[in-house]
Amino acid sequence: MNNILVMPMVIPVMVGILLIFLRPYIKAQRWISFSTMIVNAGIAVYLLNRIQTEGVLRLDFGGWEPPFGILFVADSFSIILVLTTSIVTAICLLYAFSSVGKEHENMFFYSFINFLIAGINGSFLTGDLFNLYVCFEIMLLASYVLVALGGKKRQLSESIKYVVINIVSSWIFLIAIAYLYGTVGTLNLAHLSERIAESGQTPLLTVISIVFLTVFALKSGLLLYFWLPGSYSVPSTAVAALFGALLTKVGIYAMIRVFTLLFYHEQSITHTLIGILAGLTLIGGSIGAVAYKDIRQIIAYNVVIAVGFILVGLAVATPIAMEGSIYYLIHDMIVKALLFLLAGTMITVTGEYRIDYMSGLIRNYPLFGWIFFIVMLSLAGVPPLSGFIGKVLVGHGAIEAGSYILLALAFISSIFVLYSLLRVFLNSFWGETIISKEDKVPMKNGWLIPCVLLTIGTIVLGLGAEPLAVYVEDAANTLMNPQIYIDAVLKD
Amino acid sequence: METLITILAGVLVTVATYLILSKSLIRVILGTAILSHAAHLLIMSMGSGLKNGSVPILDEGIGPPVDALPQALILTSIVISFAVTALSLVLAYRTYQETGTDKLDELRGIKHE
Repeated sequence: MNNILVMPMVIPVMVGILLIFLRPYIKAQRWISFSTMIVNAGIAVYLLNRIQTEGVLRLDFGGWEPPFGILFVADSFSIILVLTTSIVTAICLLYAFSSVGKEHENMFFYSFINFLIAGINGSFLTGDLFNLYVCFEIMLLASYVLVALGGKKRQLSESIKYVVINIVSSWIFLIAIAYLYGTVGTLNLAHLSERIAESGQTPLLTVISIVFLTVFALKSGLLLYFWLPGSYSVPSTAVAALFGALLTKVGIYAMIRVFTLLFYHEQSITHTLIGILAGLTLIGGSIGAVAYKDIRQIIAYNVVIAVGFILVGLAVATPIAMEGSIYYLIHDMIVKALLFLLAGTMITVTGEYRIDYMSGLIRNYPLFGWIFFIVMLSLAGVPPLSGFIGKVLVGHGAIEAGSYILLALAFISSIFVLYSLLRVFLNSFWGETIISKEDKVPMKNGWLIPCVLLTIGTIVLGLGAEPLAVYVEDAANTLMNPQIYIDAVLKD
Repeated sequence: METLITILAGVLVTVATYLILSKSLIRVILGTAILSHAAHLLIMSMGSGLKNGSVPILDEGIGPPVDALPQALILTSIVISFAVTALSLVLAYRTYQETGTDKLDELRGIKHE
C-alpha cells in the first residue's frame, strides 16, 4: 500500500497536537518541529523517486475506490512542492529559534507552524476538490493565528482584514464547488476531468471555471493582491518568511491544477483571462515595488511580481512554459523566504523600516550584505543562480505561443525587481554607516545560518538544474496530459 | 421547494453583504457567519434535488435513495465555519481590548507603534 502518501500531512498534525502538551519545554518543541520537517523532506524524496518508476501514486482512504471516496494523489508536481515546502520550513524554523522570543514560542507557536504545514501539504496532495477546500481552511486557520500572534495593535488591525478577505474568498470557493457539483455530479478531480471532457466544457462550466479563477486569484494574489502587502508586513520575521514563501504558492498550485486538469478545453477564454490578469499583476506589482520606501512593502510587492510571472507560464500553456513555471515556483519559494528573512534581520538590527533611514550596513555585516547581493541577482534572473532557468523557459514558451506582450511584461518586470532591490542595496548597504561600534547589534549565528543555507539553496538549484530536470519534465508532462492523472486514479 | 431554498439563500446573502459592509466589527463577523449559512443552503439545493428519493438505507420496498453527499459536505463546512467564527470573535475582542474601538474606520490609521 501507499500509506506513506498521507504522512506529509498526518505527521505535522500529530506533532502539532503533541506539542500542545509539551508547552513548557521549548527546546523539545523546537527540535521536534525541526525534525518533523526533515522527515517530511525525506519522505518527499523517497516518493519522488518512486513516482519516476511507478507513475502517479494514489491512496484511497478507507478502501473506498475512486470516485466514491476521498483520496490523496501524488504526482511529481505536488511532491516537488511538498519537498520544497519541507526544506524551506525547516530553515525558517532555524531562524525562528533565535528570533521569535520565548514569550511567543510558549504560545503554541510551533504547534501552529505544524498545522500550517499540514494544511499546505494536504492541499498539494489531495485528489478531491472538497478536500482541497478543507485543507485550505486548515492552512488559513493556522495562518490567522500566526498573523495575530504577538498581539500588537497593527498586527490585530491587519489580521482582521486578512481574516475577512479569506472568509469571503473561502465562501466563493464553496459556492464554486456547489455549482460544479450541481452541474457535473462529482468532486473527485480525475472524475471531474473525465466528465468535463465528455461534455466538452459547456459555457456553464466555463462560467464556473471563472468563479474558481476568482477564488484562487484572491488566495494567490493574482491581481486581487490588495490585502497582501498589509498582512505580510505585520507578523514576526520567520512567520512572514513562511507566508511569503508558501501561502500564495498554494493558491498558484490550485490554479495550475484546476486549469490544466479540469478546465483546459476553452483556453481562448480562461487562459486568455489568466494571461491578462498575470500581465496586470506584473504591472501593478512593479509599480508597488518601486513606489515605497518601507522595506516590508517593497518585498511584499516582489511576491506579487513573482505570482504574475509564474502564471504567465500557465497562461501560455506550452510544455516548456509549464516547466519554466515549475522551476520558477521552486526558486521563488526558496528565494522569497530568504528575502523576507534578510529584510526582517535588517529591521531588527537597525530598528528602522524605511530604507532611507538605513545606511552602510555592509560595513557592519559584510557577509550579510553579500547574501543580499546574491538574492538580488537570483531574483533578477542572472545565471548561474536559480531564477535564470525559470525565466528562460517561461520566455521560450511565450515566444513559441506568440504572446509577445506577456513576454515583454514578464521581462520588464524583472528589471523592476532588480531596480527595487538595487535601491534597497544602494540605500541601506552602501554609504556611511550609521551604526556606531557601541550600538552595533551583534549578528546572531541563528540569523545568519538560515540565510546562508537558503543562499546555498538558490546556488545549488541554479547549478544543479540538470539532475532536477528529470522530475520537472515529468511534472510538466503530467500537467500537460491530464489522461496520465485520470488513468492513475480511475484505472487499477 | 428548490425555489424557496434558493430565494432564502439569496436573502441570507443580502443580509450578510449588508452586515459585512457595516462599520462595526461584530456586525462584520456576524455577516460572515450568515454568509456561510447561505452557502450551505445553496449546496443543499445543488444535489439531485430536494425531497427527491427516500432515506439512504438499503431495504426492500424503499425507492432510490437521496444523494447523501451534499449533507456530508454541509456538515464539514458547518464545522469549519464554526471554528472560523469562534476565532474571529476572539480576534475581534482582542482588537477591541488593544485599540479600544470596534469601528473599522478607526482601525485604519494604525501604522507603527
